[in-house]
Amino acid sequence: ANKVGCSLPSARKTGTTICGIVFKGGVVLGADTRATEGMVVADKNCSKIHYISPNIYCCGAGTAADTEMTTQLISSNLELHALSTGRLPRVATANRMLKQMLFRYQGYIGAALVLGGIDCNGPHLYSIYPHGSTDKLPYVTMGSGSLAAMAVFEDRYKPDMEEEEAKQLVRDAIAAGIFNDLGSGSNIDLCVISKSKVDYLRPHDEANKKGVRTGDYKYKRGTTGVLTKVVAPLDLEVVEETIQTMDTS
Amino acid sequence: MAATASMMQSFGPNLSAQNDLVPDWTRTEVSTGTTIMAVEYDGGVVIGADSRTTTGAYIANRVTDKLTPIHDRIFCCRSGSAADTQAIADVVAYQLGFHSIELDEPPLVETAAHLFKASCYRYREELTAGILVAGWDRRRGGQVYCVPIGGMLVRQPVSVGGSGSTYIYGFMDSNYKPSMSKEQCLELTATALTLAMERDGSSGGVVRLASISEDGVERRVILGNQLPKISTH
Repeated sequence: ANKVGCSLPSARKTGTTICGIVFKGGVVLGADTRATEGMVVADKNCSKIHYISPNIYCCGAGTAADTEMTTQLISSNLELHALSTGRLPRVATANRMLKQMLFRYQGYIGAALVLGGIDCNGPHLYSIYPHGSTDKLPYVTMGSGSLAAMAVFEDRYKPDMEEEEAKQLVRDAIAAGIFNDLGSGSNIDLCVISKSKVDYLRPHDEANKKGVRTGDYKYKRGTTGVLTKVVAPLDLEVVEETIQTMDTS
Repeated sequence: MAATASMMQSFGPNLSAQNDLVPDWTRTEVSTGTTIMAVEYDGGVVIGADSRTTTGAYIANRVTDKLTPIHDRIFCCRSGSAADTQAIADVVAYQLGFHSIELDEPPLVETAAHLFKASCYRYREELTAGILVAGWDRRRGGQVYCVPIGGMLVRQPVSVGGSGSTYIYGFMDSNYKPSMSKEQCLELTATALTLAMERDGSSGGVVRLASISEDGVERRVILGNQLPKISTH
């Protein structure tokens, strides 16, 4: 690495707090929304809860590209598998596909996942580590903020909670990660998966709204004197117009 | 982007604090620190394990089940890398299930042990797995086979494994007697595991026990407050 000048950007990681719990009617998954590149926030509102199948979702911590691509690959294979079996996919199947792929890559795919969903055998929750080990538990946390979130879970988790209580607990666990871990921040996303419906709540809680600037550095038109003005119109045909908003506040 | 290509090789599970925001223990591999034990008795085997899985200094799972069924009457106790042992156990369970269907007969414990040995020895450079294979079959009754790191295979009447095992070799050698009953074996295992969990930082949580015989598998859990009391000054 060169000591002077600009260094190459490091791989974008989701510093992250992700977690999940099993409650009375299903599972609740939660995640923060900060993606970091070294010590800089690369994305203030990224989505860390990935779709696997209509009844299964997966939170991802670690290298952002790895979690995105891994979950998409398994989602695709699982859809084909479901068409082959003629059945709704099971969480255990997704777990096995993910762990076998990650083990094959011996930890070089930096994806730490919280996999949750509901199937014919009830609600299930798994934590999956980059080297390919998995744990099946009633509540799990992953990412740099996992210790903060786990502290909240170990204090307040009870089996068979109601949906609202479960959502509040997950929200509080992610908030603990956001406020006590530098690698996590911004908003709290939730995903409530139950037999009848899936609530993808993005954002569920905007815990870090940007403040309103009190001062203004804009210069009024006419501050700089204009000497000459040349206008050259370009003959363009509008083929497609898309708008991507940028935070300029 | 050309820059990304060079980044890929630098990222790896053993790279130290490149990113200050992501603490060390998120990068360390998950390990079942562990104490595991298996004892033969006349008519079956008793197996036991602690329940702690660690990533560095953090306990990733405090209620792990390290006693993994391979077949109806054959279990394995896993120690070492969680990923490696889970993967090996899945492979062996598949191979043994297939073999059993081919034979149309329950498989032998010796067969299961040899399958473990085959994987652990062939990939010995890449794996960190210490496994105890224990079960019951019609030919030889209760059997315990030890497959430590490196892929050796040896049958022993009683065996311990994992990082916590070093603390209980003396206890095991002095307290194990041949022709013990099932209850005595369960008591011996529970006490041995408790002693190891007391001294080894990588072992802890609850004690999981199982007894395997012709009649089936009986599992039980001993919670922290129910562990046998050991007097220390």
